[in-house]
Amino acid sequence: MTRYLFAFISGGLFGLGLLISGMTNTLKIQGWLNFFGAWDPTLAFVLGGAIIPMFISWKVVSNKKTSLLGTKISQNDKLPINSNLIVGSVLFGAGWGLVGLCPGPAIASLSFGGTNGYIFIISMLIGILLISLVSNKFYFKIK
Amino acid sequence: MIEQDWLYGFLGGVLIGLAASMFLLINGRTMGASGIIGGLVDKSGWHNYLERISFIAGLIFIPAVISFTYNFPKTNITSNIYLIIIAGLLVGIGTTLAQGCTSGHGICGISRISVRGIVATIFYIISGAAIVFALNNFMEIL
Repeated sequence: MTRYLFAFISGGLFGLGLLISGMTNTLKIQGWLNFFGAWDPTLAFVLGGAIIPMFISWKVVSNKKTSLLGTKISQNDKLPINSNLIVGSVLFGAGWGLVGLCPGPAIASLSFGGTNGYIFIISMLIGILLISLVSNKFYFKIK
Repeated sequence: MIEQDWLYGFLGGVLIGLAASMFLLINGRTMGASGIIGGLVDKSGWHNYLERISFIAGLIFIPAVISFTYNFPKTNITSNIYLIIIAGLLVGIGTTLAQGCTSGHGICGISRISVRGIVATIFYIISGAAIVFALNNFMEIL
């Protein structure tokens, strides 16, 4: 139960941070990606602010195997740098630039993003499902 | 005015970093939005679905309370439905292939000095910037 309570608080804090930082505003995202025009540096401050506590947290858990609740600490750092990572990131970046939404802010703005927000989320879920359906049949098996 | 945005950006960023820290230190999990959602869609995360749903519930509920109380957020999303569908598909496909998005590869990856996270972040920023450049300069052609 504690585990789910803290997951809920983490999600809520994440959403609060996204709102306060302006990252649920698609114009702020597209403004930051507009390096050759009127560049908006806000996202760099968001990344900087988020990286500082997380840098410390990674140091804290670096020699630990389990979390405070005794669960195993997820270790994803052994995964390779391959074409899936590069191609996936390029495709994700294209979608991100196209409307200025990534998964976190898309979900965080569910209550106030209107119909177009729902359409984005549904399309994103279909995209995830498409890859999970074909990934076992093609060379780019991912899991 | 613009400087105030930077301050709010930094403050919000620190809260996001604290959220990720909490999820890591207490739950032992990397806070990646695409991974948390993706695991529910493709069955790979069904063994801890309640933890994922709790996180997503918080991510929806807290902004909902704030937006209904203060009425300030606007997403300013484009009204072009085709762009939204294409973008949503690209984000879903891309983050699933790359196994991470702005939170997982960007925040959690860079702060860990993970080469994988840094490489992913460089590629999605270049790609996003190219698309925004194209939208700003060639949109009339489309």
